[in-house]
Amino acid sequence: MSLLGRIARDRVALAGLIVIAAIALAAIFAGQLATFPQDVDTYHTAQRLLPPSAVHWFGTNQMGGDIYSRLLFGARITLVTAVIAVAVSVLIGVPMGLVAGYWSGFLGDLLMRISDIFLAVPQIVLAIAIAATLGPQIQNVILALSLTYWPFWARLVYAETRNAKSEIYIEAAIALGASPWRVMVLHILPAIAPSIIIRTSIGLGGTILTASALGFLGLGPPPPSPEWGRMIADARAFLPGAWWYAAAPGIAILILVMAFNLLGDGLRDVLDPRLRRHGSPKGASFD
Amino acid sequence: MRLLGLIARRLIWVPLTLLGLVVLVFMVSHVVPSDPARILAGENATTAQLVALRHEYGFDRPLPVQLLRYIVAVIHGNMGISLYTETPVAGEIWRRLPATMELAFYSMLVAVGLGVPLGVAAALNRNSWFDHVLRVVTVSGLAIAAFWLAILLQLLFSMWLGVTPVQGRISDFGPSGVTGFYTIDAALSGDWSMEIDVLRHLALPVATLSFPAMATIVRFTRAGVIGTLGSFFVDYQRAMGIPRRVTVWRYVLRSALTGTLTQIGLVFGNLLAGAVVVEAVFDWPGLGQFAVNSILQSDYNAILGFTIYVGVMFVAVNLLIDIGQVVLDPRGR
Repeated sequence: MSLLGRIARDRVALAGLIVIAAIALAAIFAGQLATFPQDVDTYHTAQRLLPPSAVHWFGTNQMGGDIYSRLLFGARITLVTAVIAVAVSVLIGVPMGLVAGYWSGFLGDLLMRISDIFLAVPQIVLAIAIAATLGPQIQNVILALSLTYWPFWARLVYAETRNAKSEIYIEAAIALGASPWRVMVLHILPAIAPSIIIRTSIGLGGTILTASALGFLGLGPPPPSPEWGRMIADARAFLPGAWWYAAAPGIAILILVMAFNLLGDGLRDVLDPRLRRHGSPKGASFD
Repeated sequence: MRLLGLIARRLIWVPLTLLGLVVLVFMVSHVVPSDPARILAGENATTAQLVALRHEYGFDRPLPVQLLRYIVAVIHGNMGISLYTETPVAGEIWRRLPATMELAFYSMLVAVGLGVPLGVAAALNRNSWFDHVLRVVTVSGLAIAAFWLAILLQLLFSMWLGVTPVQGRISDFGPSGVTGFYTIDAALSGDWSMEIDVLRHLALPVATLSFPAMATIVRFTRAGVIGTLGSFFVDYQRAMGIPRRVTVWRYVLRSALTGTLTQIGLVFGNLLAGAVVVEAVFDWPGLGQFAVNSILQSDYNAILGFTIYVGVMFVAVNLLIDIGQVVLDPRGR
């Protein structure tokens, strides 16, 4: 059965996938779906801080901007940031882990020590240091997130590659004269792919949380950008009155991250229910 | 023997890792060309003053030399001068450390103290309504943004209901104390109204910080207990006629608890990370707030000093946990 077919049978994964697809589509078609698309960067303070109504579904912010519309455009920022950051981390970390795991020894040790340096602080702390020094822009957030996430993938793939190397079919391939590259790409990589895919989904959720925390701290794209974390930070000044302003972006983050987590959990059940439960900060294993 | 080997290996690698972190942090700080002398001296400094300042702080030396001096300084605990307050960064960090430690300690206590029993209960009552409700709660706990949860709790309990204070660590002046933990110092000085005040201030920050940690611990404990329950020796015990309760208490919990130590290690990192934003929301005078203020003031020295400091703490705690695991896990011996 195809992968999609198996995902469709697992209701948890399916629910997550549907929510993610819905939000992605909403982000892509934000221009069409938004009721006030111009509110991303125009302001009309006559309508400031209006509660949710038929006109403004989630109310307005302090500049009179429609929160629902800004949320839709903010979804673009969130998804793009997370996808690029995770993609870059995976594209750097996975090959490094493969190579180091295959030719273990000095190279492997060196790579693991370098990873340890990056992992010596919680991701957000180093990301704050990088983003703060570089300045509040979306590219710097993506860079900070990628730089602090690749070591996680390198370590994971290193450990999994070393485990895979002891499998008999790998030994057989090597004995038959397969080149190292062939073994790594055609044999080991497909074996460790399920683990990578599962953690990518959960990692996307975690990256969204870290990225919005950076935005909350003022390190993300500057105003009037409708980045979700920054919207929550801006909303603080208007509590307790304009509670909808703080609630909406937070609920959006919650739904999106939960969807990625559920997809990851569901993928774990689908791709290999016997998969050894590795514990990790980014993706607690569970059933 | 294995323990000694572990400690020996770590004692070599830990300083090297920390050294690497210092180098990394130094590199990060020098990626963007900025003139710290100008920031220190202010807008109206003359060129001569800038040159003198650069010489005094060593900014005019070649980069490798600056790196070496920085490393030596950090080893001596000197993490530079705050560009904003012009006082040593290390001193400010020391002053704020107890506040964050108190927050982290109680959050960990709540997370483990509530999380482990809940996880065990869920595992023993698998697929009951309790298990399902707990699962929904933990899944949300891992998906919720800590800073948002903090704001929500603050909105609900402080602003709408008025049962907890909006921010800060204490209403008036803190207890004169020994430990730096207001909960202990207030109790030691016998001032019970102050103690209650301190606890009321602790309530929401601890609730916020412990929630995701608790979610992780519940899930790990549940998975661990379920795994152990299915194991062979438990079946053997049942076959021998030992009541389930005894089996659970003696054996299953022991395995669950060894796993807890690993979880504490994982959770500690998340606690430190969460502390940054939680302290920002609750205006908690700890390291996290220090980091956030330093960001706002573009105080790069402070941010980098903070990063190194957190690195040292994190590495130290992980080392202790690794040692603890080897000590506690009989299978390792």
